[in-house]
Amino acid sequence: MSLLSVHGLKVAYGGIQAVRGIDIEVAEGELVCLIGANGAGKSSTLKGIMGLAHPRGEVLLAGERLHKLPTHAIAARGLALVPEGRGVFGRLTVAENLDMGAYARRDRAGIQADLARAYDLFPRLAERRAQLAGTLSGGEQQMLAIARALMGRPRLLLLDEPSMGLAPLMVRKIYETIAMIAAEGVTLLLVEQNAHLALKVSQRAYVMESGEITLSGASAELAANPRVRAAYLGE
Amino acid sequence: MRERPRLALALLAVLLAALPFLIGTGLGNSWVRVLDFVLLYVLLALGLNIVVGYAGLLDLGYIAFYALGAYLYAWLASPHFGLHLPFWMVLPLGAALAGVFGVLLGAPTLRLRGDYLAIVTLGFGEIIRIFMNNLNAPFNLTNGPQGMNLIDPVSIGGVSLGKSLEVAGITLPSTYLYYYLFLAATLLVIVVAMRLQHSRVGRAWAALREDEIAAAAMGINTRNVKLLAFAMGATFGGLAGGLFAAFQGFISPESFTLWESILVLCMIVLGGMGNIPGVILGAVLLTVIPEALRYIGDLQRATLGQVVVDPADLRMLLFGVALVAMMLFRPAGLLPSRQRKREFSAQDGVAEQEQASLYDTKA
Repeated sequence: MSLLSVHGLKVAYGGIQAVRGIDIEVAEGELVCLIGANGAGKSSTLKGIMGLAHPRGEVLLAGERLHKLPTHAIAARGLALVPEGRGVFGRLTVAENLDMGAYARRDRAGIQADLARAYDLFPRLAERRAQLAGTLSGGEQQMLAIARALMGRPRLLLLDEPSMGLAPLMVRKIYETIAMIAAEGVTLLLVEQNAHLALKVSQRAYVMESGEITLSGASAELAANPRVRAAYLGE
Repeated sequence: MRERPRLALALLAVLLAALPFLIGTGLGNSWVRVLDFVLLYVLLALGLNIVVGYAGLLDLGYIAFYALGAYLYAWLASPHFGLHLPFWMVLPLGAALAGVFGVLLGAPTLRLRGDYLAIVTLGFGEIIRIFMNNLNAPFNLTNGPQGMNLIDPVSIGGVSLGKSLEVAGITLPSTYLYYYLFLAATLLVIVVAMRLQHSRVGRAWAALREDEIAAAAMGINTRNVKLLAFAMGATFGGLAGGLFAAFQGFISPESFTLWESILVLCMIVLGGMGNIPGVILGAVLLTVIPEALRYIGDLQRATLGQVVVDPADLRMLLFGVALVAMMLFRPAGLLPSRQRKREFSAQDGVAEQEQASLYDTKA
């Protein structure tokens, strides 16, 4: 059974339909990506899953209904979102940000262990733990946002455009980290405009266009698909 | 001082205990009255600081909660309805009523931020004041613009704080007695505010202030946490209002204008938003300085033979100049919180860090 099943998800802002009834499945331990152009409805899909945008349709996590729950309750059931634009708490320190990631947890020992692991995974954050998150570089903020989401020990991590606004070198580093996290067994749903990178790191992919899913399949196959190559890989 | 925190604390306690005597002998008893008002404003500023400084919700109608606390005290402890309940019942009720109204204000404004929230809260403050001004008919609830009179003073164990008290040959005027009551309330509120800041709720408020979507995604119930901020802030306001009514013995809608809301907001901005010592300093300065400026009138009369510049005008002028100067030279406030201080001082390094992180492949 899938860890995450999305059926007929619709997200609308006023009269504008951003997501027009899509189905997504993510199995335990999988890294699935959702690619598409600007405005295709990728971020709205994540917001819909997270309960941030008044979605319609069905969202199930391991069979449990998440739709109609408020965002904080969805988070408490094991979904973590790294929002578009990173959403770090700028006037809190790196350490305080990480601390907030574990807000819904009560197991002190586990939190301490995960904190050590986060600093292990991102040594740069360890160096800057007393620094204000708002003064970090874009790439460091992205690392912090990912590390903070992992502090909640999520069953499923939703990543919204982690490469956005970053220098190529930093993008590579972030993707190495994402591959590492996936290798540790964390289930990920990744939204990305950079189809090249996303298809390389993921096992399966969905292609989204104007609020609908037009293609899906194994990432390697999609990367070889002439339509995808023409539309998203610039060939 | 750091090596001897206990000694410092003991000295501070002695100073606070002796303060009305020092000020009363040095500056005259009218200044002890000012001192009492300083404490009331410290209470108000600490309450508003929870809403604005901790949770980042700009509230321009805060004085309405002060009004509610004051009016509830007047309703339950004055000849107006013939009720004379003791203060230990009325003060908590006033604080609770204000807290309920805090939630009532918070609930419809949950989706508003920044300027929009400020406008709605401003409207709320005015609604309360206008109600108080007009609820003398058809049923006389508030006695309208005339206000409510002969409000019972606080009375502890049969000793009324409204009259002078003779203890061991020393006469303690009413203002001295109220000073100790207000001091106790202020200390209580300081302790509560400090504990809140470092609690789970305090951290949730900080996250909410920084990024609401991210806060919700961390599992924070943003709705409840916001309502709690409004309720806590309002509760402190209501408590201060009750104390104010008992102390003055008279209240009218004039005491609860928009100007008062703005003044309290200025106190926290001037002192340092989010930082308790800063907020206290702001409240002290903005209460004492206008009083001190009254002497400018006497000074003019003595030296020039007439009053050339009205002290009241001068107060507003200096107030404006002080705020502009502060925004230029100390934008984070006189005693900024750790977070805001870092925010305002660390900006130069950002570009450098960006560069460093781009070319650093090791990390």
